[in-house]
Amino acid sequence: MSITEILFYAFSGVLLVSAIGVITARNPVHAALFLVFSFFNSAVLWILLEAEFLAIVLVLVYVGAVMVLFLFVVMMLDVKIAEVREGFTRYAPLGILIALIVVAEIGSVVFVKTLGQEVTPVTQVAAEAGYSNTGALGELLYTKYLYPFELAAVILLLAIVAAIVLTMRRRAGLKQQDIGAQVSVRAQDRIRVVKMPPVIEGGEKQS
Amino acid sequence: MISQSVLLTIVLAPLLAAILAGLAGKVIGRAGAHTVTIAGVAIAFGLSAYVLKLLLVDGAPIVNQTVYTWLVSDGIRMEVGFLVDNLSAMMMTVVTFVSLCVHVYTIGYMKEDPGYQRFFAYISLFTFSMLMLVMSNNFMQLFFGWEAVGVVSYLLIGFWYTRPSAIFANLKAFLVNRVGDFGFVLGIAGVAYYTGSLDYATVFDARDAIVANTMEIFPGVEWQAITVVCICLFVGAMGKSAQVPLHVWLPDSMEGPTPISALIHAATMVTAGIFMVARMSPLFELSEVALSTVLVIGATTAFFMGLLGLVNNDIKRVVAYSTLSQLGYMTVALGVSAYAGALFHLMTHAFFKALLFLAAGSVIIGMHHEQDMRKMGGLKKYMPITYWTSAIGTLALIGFPGTSGFFSKDALIEAVHASHIPGATYAYWCVFLGVFITAFYSFRLVFMTFHGPERFREVSHESHGESNSTHLTSDADAGHEPDTHADHGAAAHGHHAPAGAHAVAHDDHGHHGPVEPHESPWVVTLPLILLAIPSLFIGAVTIGPMLFGDFFNGVLFVNEEHNVLGHIGEEWHGPLGFILHAFQQPAIYLAFAGWAAAWFLYIKRPDLPAVIAGKFSALYHLFAKKFYFDEIYQAVFARGSVGLGTALWRVGDVALIDGAAVNGSARAVGWLSGVMRRLQSGYLYHYAFAMIIGLSVLLAWYVLR
Amino acid sequence: MISLNFVLMLAGILFALSVAGIFLNRKNVILLLMCIELMLLAVNFNFIAFARQLGDLGGQVFVFFILTVAAAESAIGLAILVVLFRERKSINVEQLDTMKG
Repeated sequence: MSITEILFYAFSGVLLVSAIGVITARNPVHAALFLVFSFFNSAVLWILLEAEFLAIVLVLVYVGAVMVLFLFVVMMLDVKIAEVREGFTRYAPLGILIALIVVAEIGSVVFVKTLGQEVTPVTQVAAEAGYSNTGALGELLYTKYLYPFELAAVILLLAIVAAIVLTMRRRAGLKQQDIGAQVSVRAQDRIRVVKMPPVIEGGEKQS
Repeated sequence: MISQSVLLTIVLAPLLAAILAGLAGKVIGRAGAHTVTIAGVAIAFGLSAYVLKLLLVDGAPIVNQTVYTWLVSDGIRMEVGFLVDNLSAMMMTVVTFVSLCVHVYTIGYMKEDPGYQRFFAYISLFTFSMLMLVMSNNFMQLFFGWEAVGVVSYLLIGFWYTRPSAIFANLKAFLVNRVGDFGFVLGIAGVAYYTGSLDYATVFDARDAIVANTMEIFPGVEWQAITVVCICLFVGAMGKSAQVPLHVWLPDSMEGPTPISALIHAATMVTAGIFMVARMSPLFELSEVALSTVLVIGATTAFFMGLLGLVNNDIKRVVAYSTLSQLGYMTVALGVSAYAGALFHLMTHAFFKALLFLAAGSVIIGMHHEQDMRKMGGLKKYMPITYWTSAIGTLALIGFPGTSGFFSKDALIEAVHASHIPGATYAYWCVFLGVFITAFYSFRLVFMTFHGPERFREVSHESHGESNSTHLTSDADAGHEPDTHADHGAAAHGHHAPAGAHAVAHDDHGHHGPVEPHESPWVVTLPLILLAIPSLFIGAVTIGPMLFGDFFNGVLFVNEEHNVLGHIGEEWHGPLGFILHAFQQPAIYLAFAGWAAAWFLYIKRPDLPAVIAGKFSALYHLFAKKFYFDEIYQAVFARGSVGLGTALWRVGDVALIDGAAVNGSARAVGWLSGVMRRLQSGYLYHYAFAMIIGLSVLLAWYVLR
Repeated sequence: MISLNFVLMLAGILFALSVAGIFLNRKNVILLLMCIELMLLAVNFNFIAFARQLGDLGGQVFVFFILTVAAAESAIGLAILVVLFRERKSINVEQLDTMKG
């Protein structure tokens, strides 16, 4: 058993334990922290699986951004834990049963049906000197997958816009700039030209 | 040499006249309509006679050529073509001659009818269709002509379309003919299937291909293909030529104007079936079963339809039953392979039956559209030309020695006597006894109409409705032509009625008042005289070449073992010898006996018929009800199809389509959505659960597969 | 050398755990979202394992896209959650049945 495999099993075990922690934690903050831990473990495993760039992205994007967002929301919302935990034990047997069925089925797919075993592993390219996973991935993204890449960017933009639109609210009494109203304004709404007779010195007063 | 343009002119002249009279009738007017149509049919007649002369005297070769190829589909050519040999030339001449006579006659008969131009257009169109039929050289065109004459017949039976009885009659004719045509189409399809062609010559050359085949109509029963094809073709002939059991339309067709009863329903169209079977003689000769079928059906028609003529009182219907009976005679001749005899009888019958019908029409004109013979009598004095011509026609019909009918009918009976195919004995007795019946009802008609007391002077109120009371489609007005009645009678009076009767008749044109009969105008009597001449003489002139000579050589095909005419021909010593020979046969005495019986019952003892009718009331009712054919058809086919339609409507339309398909699907969608909306709980974990279940099932399927 | 089977099995167990998590925490939307993140992680494991097995970087590209979409999804999901909580003062799934048929 090589060192790689030992590391794999070790981190796999930790990953699974932390995953169990995610689904069983009473406190959502704990669950989120367990999830962060799972992501870290996954990042390690991905490095073992020669996906270095993605491992870093997972840590940076998920742990750094998404999970912080989760924590932020969890903490911001005043969630009554007792209420949302209601029925946890009642459904535990069913959840475990379903999980066991899925595990059994995937296990039989993997081990009995030997899915993917007919493919002989390609000799590792990582051994080459000067190979960069990031570079190779970037090359692919900017050539073959350019359009999906652009689409992904649009999706992210969309997510930003959607999130802002959803959560932004105007409070009454708050002075704000209304750009739309400013742009659509017309001259006659603002200026009124009043014709007046000239005031002659010493003349009659206008009524 | 017969040029194609002559043949085309023969066909197209009546068509052109029909189009002119039909579409431009308002423009050219009444006189214009009858002028163009008579000119058209006269041209056709002249050229037909010319063609006949070319063939017979100058020995021109037979024409068999295609004029126009309509379409070629899968090797089967559908063409318009002409086959002009002695048979079709004879038919063309007869058709155009009778048609010409009827055209002239119509001028008088339809004088005041508002549909004058329409009528002329129809009969000219009929002439065109009939010529197409007889001149055809392929099945396709034969079928076209067949259907075209059917359509014109339909239009003309329903010519007075405001009369319900006429509409019933033409619908009936149309429907019954559909049955026949169905068989005919099957027969043509059989021919095309086995020989791959529709052309007569090709089919007859390839007839061995049909003989070699059998087909299984019912499981386990192998039929000779030729038998099936011939019987199917004959079913077509049964419809068109009104053979039992498809005869029911012909008596009803008398709802049409009398001129077309003469032209279409006596002289020409109804003989199309006879013509067709004769044309197909090379096929029919190969199947003795088919011939026997033809024979038995013809014999049944000949005898039993004659019986019905005994009890009918409507002058036109009596002649109609006589036509049925004579068509039966022709069919019998076909059945015993005496095709020449059938065609010979067809020709003579065309003349004398057209004559009888036109004479009946003349009587009807004279009686102011009264058709009930019980209200006639003693007309001899008032209508001499009509009387003498119809007497000639009657003599020809019963086969008085020397008349044309005598030669054809006697030869025919002889032929049946000489035949040995199955059914010949039955047929012989039918046609033999038919002679007596024919003579009886023919002279009954003559005596009731022209002799005896002048019953039309008796004022009657109710009885004329009874003349047709036995009839399916009869109503109170049957037998009358109300559209034309008053005007026509007045006009005819103006020209021909005796001066003394003029004022009286002018004042009283009601249906029920006494009428003063009068002779018809010359346009009516001229055709009668024209037709009386061939009725008398054409038999004696043509029997030699047509029956025993080589007139039909190369046209008709007769198996040596069936050749009854050849057998009779051995004793052929000219027309005179034939007459003398006939006196040694019983048939002619039967005819005289029928004449005498009619004289005894209707002149000597006019009270006896009622007594006899009372004594044999069951039989009388059987005849009066026409063997209950109409009732049976009404009960079985009409009710059956109404019942079937109702059942299909209830089950198929209301229950299946409306109930199950339309409302049912709507209800199913409603029910299903009611079920489906319960699945939409709105809870996220329900959907998630469903997804997981789906995933598990998918994986399980993959694993366990 | 890490065997493909074991990576796949690890992903399967992770997936099953997140499925079980959906059932256990069926009332808490935040935890449901977390479980979905966990599921996506399990799926990503498969992609990466096969990308290595087949020597095809396309699998990793897909993981990249999945990460992108997941980030967007959680951002919008959490935004909805915030709005929801603001309206209802609750994130209990059982009360969120406005769309029930």
